[in-house]
This record gives sequence, C-alpha cells and structure tokens, in this order.
Amino acid sequence: MYDNPLTKRDAVTKEVKISARGCQVYYGDTHAIKDVDVDIEDKTVTAFIGPSGCGKSTFLRCLNRMNDTIDVCRVEGDIRLDGEDIYDPKVDPVQLRAKVGMVFQKPNPFPKSIYDNVAYGPKIHGMSRNKAELDEIVERALRRGAIWDEVKDRLDAPGTGLSGGQQQRLCIARAVATEPEVLLMDEPCSALDPIATAQVEELIDELREQYSVVIVTHSMQQAARVSQKTAFFHLGNLVEYGETGQIFTNPQDPRTESYITGRIG
Amino acid sequence: MTDATDPSAQPAAAPQRRSSLLQLDERTRRRNAAEARFRLMGLIAVTIGILAVIGLISSILFNGASSFRQTFITLDVYLDPAKLDKAGTRDPEAISKVTTFGYAPLLQKGLVDTMAAQGIALDGLTAKQAAELISKEAPAQLRRYVMADVSRIGQTVTFDVLAAGRIDGYFKGRVTMESAALDRNVSPEQLMLADRLKEAGMLRTKFNLDFFTAPDASDTRPEAAGLGVAILGSAYMMLVVLVLALPLGVAASIYLEEFAPKNRFTDLIEVNISNLAAVPSIVFGILGLAVFINFAGLPQSAPIVGGLVLTLMTLPTIIIATRASLKAVPPSIRDAALGVGASKMQSVFHHVLPLAMPGILTGTIIGLAQALGETAPLLLIGMVAFVREYPSGPPDGFFEPAAALPVQVYNWTQRGDPAFVERASGAIIVLLVFLVIMNAIAIILRRRFERRW
Ligand SMILES: Nc1ncnc2c1ncn2[C@@H]1O[C@H](COP(=O)(O)OP(=O)(O)O)[C@@H](O)[C@H]1O
Ligand SMILES: [Mg+2]
Repeated sequence: MYDNPLTKRDAVTKEVKISARGCQVYYGDTHAIKDVDVDIEDKTVTAFIGPSGCGKSTFLRCLNRMNDTIDVCRVEGDIRLDGEDIYDPKVDPVQLRAKVGMVFQKPNPFPKSIYDNVAYGPKIHGMSRNKAELDEIVERALRRGAIWDEVKDRLDAPGTGLSGGQQQRLCIARAVATEPEVLLMDEPCSALDPIATAQVEELIDELREQYSVVIVTHSMQQAARVSQKTAFFHLGNLVEYGETGQIFTNPQDPRTESYITGRIG
Repeated sequence: MTDATDPSAQPAAAPQRRSSLLQLDERTRRRNAAEARFRLMGLIAVTIGILAVIGLISSILFNGASSFRQTFITLDVYLDPAKLDKAGTRDPEAISKVTTFGYAPLLQKGLVDTMAAQGIALDGLTAKQAAELISKEAPAQLRRYVMADVSRIGQTVTFDVLAAGRIDGYFKGRVTMESAALDRNVSPEQLMLADRLKEAGMLRTKFNLDFFTAPDASDTRPEAAGLGVAILGSAYMMLVVLVLALPLGVAASIYLEEFAPKNRFTDLIEVNISNLAAVPSIVFGILGLAVFINFAGLPQSAPIVGGLVLTLMTLPTIIIATRASLKAVPPSIRDAALGVGASKMQSVFHHVLPLAMPGILTGTIIGLAQALGETAPLLLIGMVAFVREYPSGPPDGFFEPAAALPVQVYNWTQRGDPAFVERASGAIIVLLVFLVIMNAIAIILRRRFERRW
C-alpha cells in the first residue's frame, strides 16, 4: 500500500490553511504549550508526533477551540484559519467547529443508529432540504469513511454495536458529513487493530484530496506513511516542523533525532 | 506468621510446594471460612429486613383490609309525601328544606316495617333502639337519594343503608357481646337483633366503594368515613409538585451541571442544595406557613399551598438525582456533539439529556413518592382540618380546602372510636398501593427510555 512513502512526496508548497503564531496554552498554572508557531497547509496531511504529555492533543484542540470546554484552560497567541483569527471575540466556536471537524482518540459514536450518527451534523447545520438529500449526504459520508459497504444493510442498527475499527470509521464519516475544511484527528488508530489501522490510514490518504488533515500519532511509522508534513513536539515546544521525509531522514534538532531513533519518548 | 517470612522454614517448605489441589491449605480454608461468615451475615440482614417488611405489611393488611368491606342493612322505605313534600308541588327547592332530621323517622319506620314483613321480632327493644342499628349517616344518604330525583317521593324504595359502626364492628370481630355490655353506644340485645337481621338476609357485608369516594365523617360515624377528599387533595398536590418541581429541578440541574461556571458561588449553591435535602420536613411546613399563607395570603388547607411546600421539599431530591445522572453521561458524547459543530445547548438537549432521562425520571418519581407520604409540613399549613366538601375541579380546586392521604391517616388515628383504627390502616393500604403504582411507573418509564445501546 505504502511501498516507499518517503520518496513519492511532492514537495510543492501549498496554500496555508491554519497559521499559529506565539501560541501559549495554560492549564491553570501548567504551561502546556510554549510559544508555538506553525503553518498548516491545505490539502496536506500534517502529523504531530512527540512523547506522551508533550501537548500534541492540547495544541490540536486549540485549532477548533475544543479547549474552551475545559474551565482551567487558557489559550494565548494568534491562530488564524484562512487569515481570520479564530479566537476573535466575534467568532462563534460552533461555526468554527463546523469548519474544523474532529475525530477523537476513543471512537465515540452517539448511542443512536448508524444513520442518525452521520445525519446529525448535516441536520443541525441545515445542509439538506429533505429526506432524500439527507440520505444522499449520509451515503456519501459513509462511502468516504470507507464503511458504506459494511453498514449499508443496517443503517438503523446502533452505531455503538459496531466493532472498534468500524466505530472509528463511522466517527470519521460523521466528521466528514458536515463538509469541514480541516479534519483534526487525535490518535485515531490507537484503539484499533492493524487491519483497521490500515483502512483508516488509506482513508486519511484519500481525504487529503479535499481536506487539510492534522493527525496526532504515537506511531512514527504511521506518521511516515500518511503525512506530508510532520511537527515534532517536546515538553510543550514545537521542536521541529518540516517535510515528513526530511524529519525522518535528516532531522535538524538532536531531540528529534533521539525521539525518532527511540532514545526519548 | 507464614512460611515465606520465616527463613528457617524455607528448606522445609520446599517439598510442600507441590501440594495437592485436592487438599485445601490453611490460608484457603481461612479465606473460605471468612467468606462463608460474611455471606451468612448478609443473609441474616436480608432475612431480618424481609421479615420486618412482611410483619409491617401483614399487620396493616390485618387491621385495614376490613375497611374495604362494610355492613349494610337493606330496607324498604316509604318516601312519605306528607313528611317530605307537604305542599305536594314536588318542588326541589321546597323539598331541600327538609333536613336529615326529617328523614330519620322514615328510616326507623322502614326498618320496623321491613322487620315485621320478614317476621323478625323486636324482642323487647324499642323501635328507636332498633333504629340505632342504622348509621347516623343514613338519613343523609337517603336525603341525597331523594334530592337526586324528587319524583321518587311517594314510592316505596328498597334502600341499602349503612349499619352503625358498632354493628359493623361486631361482624368484623371488633365488638363482642362482652364489650357491648359495657358500651353505652350498643347493647347485646341490639347485637342479637343484628344477628337475626343477618340470618334473614336483611343485613349484609359487601364491598365498600364509599371508602374511596366518600369524604371524611365525624367522630360518631366512622362507618361513613371515606378517603375521597384526601385522595383528591393528594392528587392535586402531586400535580402541583410535578408541574413545578420537575421543570424547575431539571432546568436548575442542567444549568448547574452543564453551563454554570465552576466558582465559589456555584459551590455555595451546590452545598446549599445538598443541605436542603437534609432539612427536616417540618421546617418546610413552617416556611410554607410563613411565606405562602401569612405573607402571600394563600388560603389555608389548600392543595396549592401543600403542593408548593412539597415542591420545595422535592426539588433537592430531583436536582441531586438529575445532576448525578447528567454527570454519569460519558464526556466523550459531549465531545462528539461539539466536534460536529453542535452548540452546547444542542449537545445537552440532543444527546446528554436523553441519556440522563432514566435517572431523572427515577429521581423525580422517588421525590414524588416522598412528597405523597409526607405529613409533617402539611399539618402546619392546616391540611389536618376536617374537610367534608370536595374541592372543585382544577384550577379553582387548588385553592379550596382539601385533605391529604397521610394527614388523613394521622387524623383518624387521633380519634376515639376504635373503628377509626381500621379506617386508618385501610388508608395506609391505599397510600401504599399508590406508592407501589408510582414505583412501577418509574420502572416502566425507565425501561422504555433505557435504549442506550
Ligand atoms: N484537562 C487538563 N487539565 C489539566 N492539565 C491537562 C489537561 N489536559 C492535558 N493537560 C496537561 O497538558 C499537558 C499536555 O497534555 P496533552 O496535550 O494531552 O499531551 P499529549 O496529547 O501530547 O500526550 C500534560 O502535561 C497534561 O498533564
Ligand atoms: Mg493526547
């Protein structure tokens, strides 16, 4: 599937989708993200790697303001989506999250039917005028989530009754159903077996055609397989950010090198 | 203590390591014994509990079941126009002027005549003494019967009248010949007459629907006392509690749990709500008296006041249960909803609340059941008053005096006539049946909502 992932990359720089400047995140007194600058490109898979607790999830959650739901969390600095400050007081985080979808580490389908899981987002955003249109949206999303063939005969079955890998793909389908522009994925494969992981990775590669995908992963092989850009976090700092091929073959920072060779982490 | 901690025992223990599985070692035996002891204690505790419940219920059933049956005497009564409608106009207005005193002689005459027709001798009793077998409530019964249709005047009707409380008690075993000899209200001769009436089929004990529908009756006529007003009053109060406490409690819990910032102030509110749940119920009664009756000027003994007081009492229960069930909804569901761009409110109402619903319903019904059985605060707001008039239909009925089931029980236990002990036990049975029904509804609703896949 990914015979030689490090060589087939196109090095063309694409449009910047999200740019962060001087981003700081505090949980109460804990300084979790320290002065991060990063430009995330459109139609690109960007991987965040780094040891546990270095702030990958925290930074990812800044990008769609999921951190707003944590009382003690404070975000400073400038994060822009298409040049617009997402922390501007005029911005409604709900509108932002419709544009920047998220898939979580643990598959978390709603305890509703498969159909309702996918249809929920389009419904609340008024994306369809009638049942037929909604059906179409659901089918397209499930197809894009690479799970359509497995569930097309049991759309009324509960989403929570699927296997872990299916649930995660259902969650991905749910996230793409609202037609987001950016898809954030926080360790989407950590609860999956190798086969389900391969399916999800293939899916991520396809999603790149339309979205900017940011994926947090613990697995360096995974980062190497699916991403074009890689950011290495360490103790809340963004240590190194660049082409995935370059990060893995020729890291500039000694900390990056130690991590990818397995000496820290 | 064990071989492992004693180094000198090491070599000796070595061959023992290959012990047989069929032979229990000392440690296992002790562990099993402890387990057996614990299970035995648990079993004893459960048994004591069950025995207590059985004892309680059987004593109540034993005392109260007879209140569902009542002794009646069947008479042929001539509705004498000369007594009831002297003018002969059949004008209901004029007939309503005849009080129950006007009906009592008709009943006495009816009894004597019917006995004569059946060949039952008075055996030394006067007609007046024989008439004492009939309840003092009977003239009112007959008057209601006539007023319902004045054209019955002039006819001879067959009528079931209540037997007096002592006679009823005689057939239920409460009154005996010996006790009657000492009783001013009844004599052994009257009891013997009752026996003869029973033999002749004039006196029967049958199902007592009036117990559920009739209003309370005065001290001297326990045979006529019913729960009608109390059931209606309790129903009105439960309605008030449900309509006020459920939305208020759920709204408050959702706000506190999902929206309110976590700060000193909300902590304070939280502590206060928990404390409120522990406040003795009589305090709520004092509060109700001061605020709703003295300050707001609402009427005494009214279901609206009782309902408001019980709402205050029930709110903490509902809030605590609702918050607990909201907390139990996994945060990943909230994240999932927010992640697809649902607003906080949408995530709460579309996803969190449905999952919390079984818990909320259970909490609400437990709160309602508590409120239904609550007595103390109602005593303070005057619901203990003797009320014979049914409150009218809603909404006016909420402001008119009514009784309440538990207060009626208390009320009846305070009365002198032992017949009221039976009534009170009967009322307790009715109350318990209502509680069982409510719990059953809670279980059914929970099953229905609990499709959480
Ligand atoms: N909700 C929270 N409250 C307080 N501290 C948190 C919270 N979430 C994460 N942290 C802290 O922030 C740091 C970064 O965490 P996280 O972003 O989850 O790391 P990663 O995803 O890279 O493993 C950790 O030190 C963690 O303890
Ligand atoms: Mg993480």
